[in-house]
Amino acid sequence: MKPLDCLEIKNLTVTFPLSAGTLWAVNDVSFTLARGETLGIVGESGCGKSMTAMAIMNLLPQAAQLQATGLTFNGQELTALNESEMSDIRGNRMAMIFQEPMTSLNPAFTVGAQLMEAILRHRKVKKSEARERALYLLEKVGITAAASRLRQYPHELSGGLRQRVMIAMALMCSPDLIIADEPTTALDVTIQAQILHLLTEIQREFEMTVIMITHDLGVVANVTDRVAVMYAGRIVETGLVSQLFESPQHPYTQKLLDCIPVPGKTKRGSYLGSIPGRVPSLIGDLSGCSFANRCSFCTDECLNNDPPWHQIGSQRGYLCWRNPEQISPYKGQGVSL
Amino acid sequence: MNDSASTILELSDVVRTFSVSRGIFKKKTKLHAVSGVSLSVQKGQVWGLVGESGCGKSTLAMMILGLLPATSGRITVNEKALHQWHQRNLSRLIQPVFQDPYSSLNPRKTIGQIVGLPLRVHEIGSKEDQCKKVKEMLEMVGLSPRAYDSYPNQLSGGQRQRVAVARALIMRPQIVLCDEPTSALDVSVQSQILNLLIDFRQKLDLTYLLISHNLAVVEHMATHIAVMYLGRIVEMADTDSLFANPRHPYTRALLKSVLLPEPGKRVTDPNLGLEFPNPFDLPTGCKFHPRCSEAMPVCRITAPDAATSPGGYVECHLYSETSTQDRNIDHSKEIA
Ligand SMILES: Nc1ncnc2c1ncn2[C@@H]1O[C@H](COP(=O)(O)OP(=O)(O)OP(=O)(O)O)[C@@H](O)[C@H]1O
Ligand SMILES: Nc1ncnc2c1ncn2[C@@H]1O[C@H](COP(=O)(O)OP(=O)(O)O)[C@@H](O)[C@H]1O
Ligand code: SF4
Ligand code: SF4
Ligand SMILES: [Mg+2]
Ligand SMILES: [Mg+2]
Repeated sequence: MKPLDCLEIKNLTVTFPLSAGTLWAVNDVSFTLARGETLGIVGESGCGKSMTAMAIMNLLPQAAQLQATGLTFNGQELTALNESEMSDIRGNRMAMIFQEPMTSLNPAFTVGAQLMEAILRHRKVKKSEARERALYLLEKVGITAAASRLRQYPHELSGGLRQRVMIAMALMCSPDLIIADEPTTALDVTIQAQILHLLTEIQREFEMTVIMITHDLGVVANVTDRVAVMYAGRIVETGLVSQLFESPQHPYTQKLLDCIPVPGKTKRGSYLGSIPGRVPSLIGDLSGCSFANRCSFCTDECLNNDPPWHQIGSQRGYLCWRNPEQISPYKGQGVSL
Repeated sequence: MNDSASTILELSDVVRTFSVSRGIFKKKTKLHAVSGVSLSVQKGQVWGLVGESGCGKSTLAMMILGLLPATSGRITVNEKALHQWHQRNLSRLIQPVFQDPYSSLNPRKTIGQIVGLPLRVHEIGSKEDQCKKVKEMLEMVGLSPRAYDSYPNQLSGGQRQRVAVARALIMRPQIVLCDEPTSALDVSVQSQILNLLIDFRQKLDLTYLLISHNLAVVEHMATHIAVMYLGRIVEMADTDSLFANPRHPYTRALLKSVLLPEPGKRVTDPNLGLEFPNPFDLPTGCKFHPRCSEAMPVCRITAPDAATSPGGYVECHLYSETSTQDRNIDHSKEIA
């Protein structure tokens, strides 16, 4: 871990013991995050994005089992901490923003009470200071008449306002790391743009490190510096956001980009790229490449043996049996197929 | 709007209000879900209907399907007023595909029964014919014959949405009304369903109404777009004109909010402020004025008339022919 790194995840695996066998929700995931950086984690439903986040926050469901050779945050090894030490960090040095704000807002308490509690739990500050900080942050996230909002209950706010309150709450202790799990998926596009604009501004101002979890490649392109593409519990490709969109290496990343229509580029009414088949079951013995059943380059080797990781320079890499020389240049998004 | 011979669906001044009580002791209030929508759909067109949550898209869809009566206004399908249609015959002509493939399929029926239901209801063909038709349909939407005896919970989200498409198409309707058909799906599955819709449009000569909050999808699919705001269509145009030259400030904000999958840009604020539209307490004048960055004094007083624009119209004082004068008058009042 370099001194400037905020978070280092080494060989993280999250499993669920089920009667049918072991379910591998997160499978040998490693990445580091430099301070102030925004990492996007992108992938389809069920590929392990949220469980990765929950593992970092130590909020995994009871049944989940975690293994890792390292989960280092600000130089501190998280796996060595007990629950009370961990809850000192959670909501304090690292905070989370969820897709549905009501999962973290309590309907029985006012916005003000919950915002203040977020800091009173961790810091020895006076109530009046906590209130002042709540007001300051509500204004920061663009909420007008903040004083009267403090007295309101979550259900009295629109979805967009609630998500702003969530962001304010996450910021109460000025965390170093924010994990946003599909923060705008439930919102209208205009509100999404407002919230993402706000988040990026605040991140720059407070120099926070952000993990942005999303299935939306438009969100990834516009808010992240670096991207990890997940598939069936594994990271199959990482790179700077520009590299990933210009020259995706992994067949899955390429196909994913081909699936989405790009206004102005994709010819109207033309067939879009698609990925045949579906994500394989994550239960039991998962040897071989997990994308094999949907990949047009699949060979016997892919079916039988785990693909190797190709590291290209310091920022890029992908998990596949194909060598960089075997991969033809990506023809670009929206180019007719 | 001119070639009436090919007008397949026509809405004129369609209104739907709901009477809602907002608390135990409170009086019922009127909620304006759709307030005066007119639209003329020609055979073969694909209309994209966009607008934020709660603006009335689904209410409009339910009225077109004949599942919800309009409070006032007129809907005609193939030049016959909706109330003159028997629901049975109407449903042969217009079929829906809804967002949630989980809740829209009966969990206790097999896929064969679900897709074949319309054939049984309309007593089309013998039992064997029906079975054959259903199997052909399943194949057309790319499902394996095994699906015939499966139950919805044994299928993935994408497969369930294929079932929904098969069920919609089995009666060979002329209009298919898709309400967020791919919103619950992953992009790799979304593209499969969109390809299916593209395919059938040509093969079966269909007319689509496509409700979606994904503007990239609408841009890809639609020949025409109608933008709704608080129960009204505030702008409509052919897709190229709308994307090249969005005129209504709300349309512009909407397009500005689209995040293209192209790195290097930053998310810009669409400048809509924090006001949130309340359908119980509609703003006076132009209903968009509390959020409009270009609002003028007149906007708070008078609702704008529709001004024709290339391929459609726009409802905004910035474009109304007579408003230059009004604007000045109102402005002077404001200053005084
Ligand atoms: N409590 C649990 N018990 C058993 N399996 C679980 C549990 N929680 C998650 N899983 C499984 O772990 C895998 C990863 O789940 P996760 O929620 O991280 O996916 P995700 O990528 O965030 O999906 P989505 O986008 O749908 O939220 C999935 O196969 C899921 O079914
Ligand atoms: N059955 C109903 N009773 C009361 N209000 C309704 C009903 N159906 C819809 N509405 C209201 O009508 C408005 C438009 O709803 P809807 O058409 O469902 O919006 P959209 O589909 O665009 O999200 C909303 O404010 C909604 O709450
Ligand atoms: S390892 Fe083989 S199957 Fe897997 S992505 Fe690479 S080429 Fe395709
Ligand atoms: S009429 Fe006025 S308030 Fe309404 S959209 Fe046009 S400029 Fe904005
Ligand atoms: Mg998730
Ligand atoms: Mg709806």
